[in-house]
Amino acid sequence: MAVRPATEKRTRASAPTSGTKKPGKTSNPTVNYQVAEFDKDDEFKAYHDMLLIRRFEEKAGQLYGMGLIGGFCHLYIGQEAVVVGIQKALREGEDQVTTSYRDHGHMLACGMDPKGVMAELTGRQGGYSRGKGGSMHMFSREKQFFGGHGIVGAQVPIGAGLAFANKYRGNDNVSVVYFGDGAANQGQVYETFNMAQLWKLPVIFVIENNRYAMGTSVSRSSAQTDFAKRGESFNIPGEQVDGMDVRAVNAAADRAVEWARTGNGPYILEMQTYRYRGHSMSDPAKYRSKDEVQKMRDERDPIEQVRKRLVEKGWASEEDLKEIDKKVRAVVTEAADFASADAEPDPSELWTDILR
Amino acid sequence: MAIDILMPALSPTMEEGKLTKWLKKVGDDVKSGDVLAEIETDKATMEIEAVDEGKLLEILVAEGTEGVKVNAVIARVGEEGEAATGKPEAGEAPQPAAEAAPAEKTQPMAQASSTVPAAPAVKAEADPDIPAGTEFESKTVREALREAMAEEMRRDEDVFLMGEEVAEYQGAYKISQGLLDEFGARRVIDTPITEHGFAGIGVGAAFAGLKPIVEFMTFNFAMQAIDQIINSAAKTLYMSGGQMGCPIVFRGPNGAAARVGAQHSQDYAAWYGMIPGLKVVMPYSAADAKGLLKAAIRDPNPVIFLENEVLYGHHFEVPKLDDYVLPIGKARIHKAGKDVTIVSFGMGMSYAIKAADELAGLGIDAEVIDLRTIRPMDIETVVNSVKKTGRCVTVEEGWPQGSVGSEIAYQIQANVFDYLDAPVARITGKDVPMPYAANLEKLALPNVGEVIEAVRAVTYR
Repeated sequence: MAVRPATEKRTRASAPTSGTKKPGKTSNPTVNYQVAEFDKDDEFKAYHDMLLIRRFEEKAGQLYGMGLIGGFCHLYIGQEAVVVGIQKALREGEDQVTTSYRDHGHMLACGMDPKGVMAELTGRQGGYSRGKGGSMHMFSREKQFFGGHGIVGAQVPIGAGLAFANKYRGNDNVSVVYFGDGAANQGQVYETFNMAQLWKLPVIFVIENNRYAMGTSVSRSSAQTDFAKRGESFNIPGEQVDGMDVRAVNAAADRAVEWARTGNGPYILEMQTYRYRGHSMSDPAKYRSKDEVQKMRDERDPIEQVRKRLVEKGWASEEDLKEIDKKVRAVVTEAADFASADAEPDPSELWTDILR
Repeated sequence: MAIDILMPALSPTMEEGKLTKWLKKVGDDVKSGDVLAEIETDKATMEIEAVDEGKLLEILVAEGTEGVKVNAVIARVGEEGEAATGKPEAGEAPQPAAEAAPAEKTQPMAQASSTVPAAPAVKAEADPDIPAGTEFESKTVREALREAMAEEMRRDEDVFLMGEEVAEYQGAYKISQGLLDEFGARRVIDTPITEHGFAGIGVGAAFAGLKPIVEFMTFNFAMQAIDQIINSAAKTLYMSGGQMGCPIVFRGPNGAAARVGAQHSQDYAAWYGMIPGLKVVMPYSAADAKGLLKAAIRDPNPVIFLENEVLYGHHFEVPKLDDYVLPIGKARIHKAGKDVTIVSFGMGMSYAIKAADELAGLGIDAEVIDLRTIRPMDIETVVNSVKKTGRCVTVEEGWPQGSVGSEIAYQIQANVFDYLDAPVARITGKDVPMPYAANLEKLALPNVGEVIEAVRAVTYR
């Protein structure tokens, strides 16, 4: 399950042709290195969107340190290419997205307002859940973002249920449900795989394999570490994808979305990724070496990969990139200021939203 | 502009910590991701990472210092040549590990108010009037439930039924008999035996605005799915600040059937009755089963609808009306009386009614209340009755500790203590797993004799 380094070893493939009915291999022993062609605008957008997530998460880490964010706070730093690459393949506001408690990046990628997300983290009235959900429980009907679920694996049947609704209504929307390598060992995941394939539900299961289920490495928790194979006995196609390269993620997502949207049923994407920070803010991450983390940051960083390409191709100067960074920081600072200054929910909110 | 590095809180409970070690020294270049220092929290040794770039200008808390308060300034990072002041710059915001967030805008979290706002009062609607001259017909609970589902499926395309053996097998208990023929496989869906999974799929479909009826072959099997019912269905409206909503009905037989042993004989009324965000309905009669199931399907909230296998075949009079819908949350006075109030629901009603009949022969006029809904509970009807009778006996099949009867007893003493002429008595199932042996099973369940005895005790007769 090694994440292959060295980008130059990858074979390039052209952008996927639409209308393809061919699924990914069901038992692909290697990582799929096919990458989507990104033009200048694509690269700029990917750079911006990933940087926004990273800066947002760094700021969330700071606010946690200051005691403004309480409870559990799970940062997405390192995994940005996954949500950004997948979101690019989706129809915003139509296709549904559901994920676990490590959800800030998914919400930003879905186009949710950073101010509303940050204000939810600080438990304020302007948060997406009016301060009553917190870091792990946020939703946006407008963006078709269905949470933000705190129980490991619980989002998986819910994501399939959203796909069920698409099929029931006869529309061609797809539901993307993200879960981790840890959740991939939960029983309800396989109950869902079975029904999703049985009923040909338009659902894409994205397994974000960041190598550690809290502190337990994949090799210590999983008898089958090739997560793309986890749907094999249900005949669900799956592929392992270099989740640190936003172009590879996007190419795989295009294939999966096409597959699901055209009525072929579910699809599994194992995104080989890495989280730089601990499982949550209070995790000292002693289960891995500093070298391992540093090597990932130095050699595989998803944002750095795009930055390099932008510069090498002459599409962006260092000044251009600094300008983007400045803009992103301003957005994040504005979000943090709002989330710090906004009022806590009115005490009367204690009793609202229990029943309709 | 120099940036203050603050002692961070790195666990939900941390208030102070030890600065164990500095990994950078004054004058060192610092870049994003560099570990500046190690601190010891209440749980573990953690690293403080830099977010921005610059030089470490000064260290204000020496390594080895214990009891460093969260948010104390421990170091400063900035550009070369900036003054080391030894104290935070006036007017600059304290900031752990980087950028400035203006402190004057930061509103510290208010102290939790000690006065908790009162829960809003819930007023249950009254049952609709049945027009004079309405015909009644004798129906089983089974037929009533089937009619309720069929009528609602005809009325609303978004309503569908899913569960084990609901379609081609025509229902394990034949509740869904004929529905596949009328509505087709798109809307009457056989699931694999996979409660946790299909409950979750139902919840997801309800989040998307459909109105699933999820049948559990029995509620005992819903234990496999209880995380989806409580954590996903019941709580998400609240956790989403009112955005989501989950219009779903979980229904199926609940409680003891006959001789099926401990794992298949359990009453979940009190379990689900505890959960905010759920409505819990447990009808006794066929008319109530029909009117309340129709209401449950239309309700925008998750509803737990607890049926009883033994009652499925019992006949009751059901009004012949096109659209008979009853309010959830309203108790029904089954029989008026003046000497004692007997409160029950579901199967418990069969003991209560028989007991009341026999008590009449002893000259004791019992008022029998069928709660019908466990949550929200119509305590007003119970309390008004107790004001009149001064005495109350509750009857249910569930276990005693934390039972529905316990809650009723609490509510009575809190609301009408002065009206009571005797302690509230509680008849429940015995505090044991359900035994298989016929004689033991009989002993484990409540019986009419126990109810009569309890009534005689509270009426001192």
